[in-house]
Amino acid sequence: MILESLLPAASSYARDIGFLFDLITLLVGVPFLIACYLFFAFIFRFAAKKVDKAMYITGYEHEYMKWIHRAHVPILVFDVIIVIFAVNVWYNVKQNLPEAESTVRVIAQQWAWTFVHPGPDNTLDTADDITTVNELHVAKDTLYHYKLESKDVLHNFSVPVFRLKQDAIPGRVITGWFEPTLAGEYDIQCAEICGIGHGLMPARIHIETPSQHAAWVAENSPFSLAKASAPELEVAER
Amino acid sequence: MAETIHVGHAEEHGHHDHHEMSFLEKYVFPLDHKMIAMQYMFTGMFMALIGGFFAYAFRMQLAFPGMDVPFWGVVTPADYNALVTSHGSVMIFWVAMPVLIAAFGNYLIPLMIGADDMVFPKINRLSYQIFLISAIIIIASFFVEGGAFGGAWTAYPPLSTKAQYSLTPIGSTMWITAVALEFVAFLLGGINFITTAMNSRAPGMKMWDIPMVVWMIVIASILFMLSVGPLLAGGIMMIFDQQLGTAFFDPDRGGDPILWQHLFWFFGHPEVYVVLLPAVGIVAEVMTVFSRKKLFAYKTVLYTAIGTGVLSFTVWAHHQFIAGIDPRMANVFTVTTLLISVPIAEMMFVYIATLYGGKITLTTPMLWALAFVFEFLIGGITGIFLGASGNDIYMHDTYFVLAHFHYTFYPIAIIGTYAGFTFWFPKMFGKMMNDGLGKLHFWLTIIPFNLIFLPLFVLGASGQHRRIYDYTNFPELAQPWQQDLRQLATISLVVMLGAQVIFFYNVIKSWMSGPPAGKNPWNSGTLEWTATSPPPHGNWPEGLPTCYRGPYEYSHPDHDKDYWPQNEPA
Repeated sequence: MILESLLPAASSYARDIGFLFDLITLLVGVPFLIACYLFFAFIFRFAAKKVDKAMYITGYEHEYMKWIHRAHVPILVFDVIIVIFAVNVWYNVKQNLPEAESTVRVIAQQWAWTFVHPGPDNTLDTADDITTVNELHVAKDTLYHYKLESKDVLHNFSVPVFRLKQDAIPGRVITGWFEPTLAGEYDIQCAEICGIGHGLMPARIHIETPSQHAAWVAENSPFSLAKASAPELEVAER
Repeated sequence: MAETIHVGHAEEHGHHDHHEMSFLEKYVFPLDHKMIAMQYMFTGMFMALIGGFFAYAFRMQLAFPGMDVPFWGVVTPADYNALVTSHGSVMIFWVAMPVLIAAFGNYLIPLMIGADDMVFPKINRLSYQIFLISAIIIIASFFVEGGAFGGAWTAYPPLSTKAQYSLTPIGSTMWITAVALEFVAFLLGGINFITTAMNSRAPGMKMWDIPMVVWMIVIASILFMLSVGPLLAGGIMMIFDQQLGTAFFDPDRGGDPILWQHLFWFFGHPEVYVVLLPAVGIVAEVMTVFSRKKLFAYKTVLYTAIGTGVLSFTVWAHHQFIAGIDPRMANVFTVTTLLISVPIAEMMFVYIATLYGGKITLTTPMLWALAFVFEFLIGGITGIFLGASGNDIYMHDTYFVLAHFHYTFYPIAIIGTYAGFTFWFPKMFGKMMNDGLGKLHFWLTIIPFNLIFLPLFVLGASGQHRRIYDYTNFPELAQPWQQDLRQLATISLVVMLGAQVIFFYNVIKSWMSGPPAGKNPWNSGTLEWTATSPPPHGNWPEGLPTCYRGPYEYSHPDHDKDYWPQNEPA
């Protein structure tokens, strides 16, 4: 609710993270407001003008200490609720790896993103792969795996509308998943400082309907590119 | 002027000293714990001005991208990275640490436990000298070829270890060298604090009679000593990687960059509590005095501090949830992180309970102490958002994190320091501070502080990442309302920095011509208030005090005065 009002939710798990945020806001907000109320109420109630002599309380008396102990019960309960929901979301996004319908390779370097899309055969590392710089094309409602790599330093593949973030580490290939649910064009940011060009590697993710995406793949695949550009060359020659 | 006062003093009590001290001996190479404390205090405050200036320069760039910033010029991407890196490093290692641990620790421990000095005065002097060298190195790194290190205060390799990536071949080594030297300085200081507090207490002062701030500095020193070893080793490995071509953190040659992150955060998270605990100790002293009340459940406060300290060693990987560690680990660290909310909440409750039934006077130090509790509460609860692993996938490395830790570190390093400084100023300089100016300074600091960082929570929740020098390159971050919030934060920062002039004016004016404070202007019960203001070398030339009771016997039913000093026989 709160996060969605600031930024669209464009992945299958974005709303779960939005709900978790709202839940935490509620569960920490209520104790916070109660603590603030008591804090200010005491300051005003026990102002020097209104009091002759302060009370002598060690704090160990049961009649006072019980309030501190009782306050722990809701805090512990709230902690448990937050842990359950947080771990649940975490498990779903990061630990679990559902079956992929397609896979993209994301390569970070100082200071650009390279995206490798499978071509018409929907398989990576074949001759029809489509390589782009700073723009990633994906189809809506398709479950993707990403293979995240870095060529030099740490980077972070962050797609705020997906609520997704993952560090890229040189020497490793990190696999994760996302499923776009909202068509449109959104930001990809680097979220780990990577040198002086850290602020200069914006990329865009293009979420297309499956038919639009198929058309983009057909148009940009190295083979179809050769076919498509051949007539143009002929025209130019004439 | 100040020197005249001190010189006069030295003449007065000259017969207590072995010989007349020269200017160099007294002010440059002192052995007296109070003078070393002042060296730390004013070096820390000077560094705070530098760190604040860095913040001003890069916030101006964020609010008005590309502008020619007054006193700096155009902030280039390389400048921007160097500024944010140095701001973070300076504020934590060269402001919070020296002021909260070293300055207050040095000043207060001997005076509050009734000792004439630290047990190892020469180690104490060495500690400051090493610290000063480290501060000079970090500032000097701005003037070497390639400029200051720009890889953030966390210095993650390979960016920090390879010059072809960082483009700061000398600056990055100077950064890690300065940090490592600073650690050595505080290890030496910590040895002194712990030993002095355990061995030099006034006759009669039992464990539960030690003032809370002394306990807190001792616990903080222990936490520091237990956590800093791995990072000091890591720092030396980093220097080797940078200058000797070793490959501890180099993935191309079998090293692991994530190893550094573990070493860094194993220290980095306890470090938060290392600076937090002295601040909560200061707040305890101030709150009890100005509510004329015993600290609510003294032992509980102490146990929560120890509990928080122990737990703080088990939470470091919540800084690395999305760093590529085994995802199952995040579940463990989520649980330990949220568990910390239990002792910290208890500590905050106890502080609020201390106000209950008191007789509260809102003097300047009391306003700072109360502001600490309120602002730190905000810092505490926003930590829950980030400790919850599922939510951290989105929030990690956004301005939400930045706003959260400024809501913890600012109350600690700035509000806590002002609470302590305005409270003990009469003891340190023998003069009262101007309360009206003090309150003006308070409000002109605390309101802009909130106006800086509340907007940053919103920006962070809208997806704004950290350490990016110009958001106009990102369509989702270049919306007008976001730019308005950035400008609000920057203007508030300028107002807040400007308000510090009031503080320095008040300090100098009060120091020179404030009304004399006398020994105990606040009617406080702890031992430092039984010495003259300022205390001479040796603290109590007439003989060290004896302790008869706990530190917070305010409004005791069996006593006619509303305070019962620790040294007054029953």
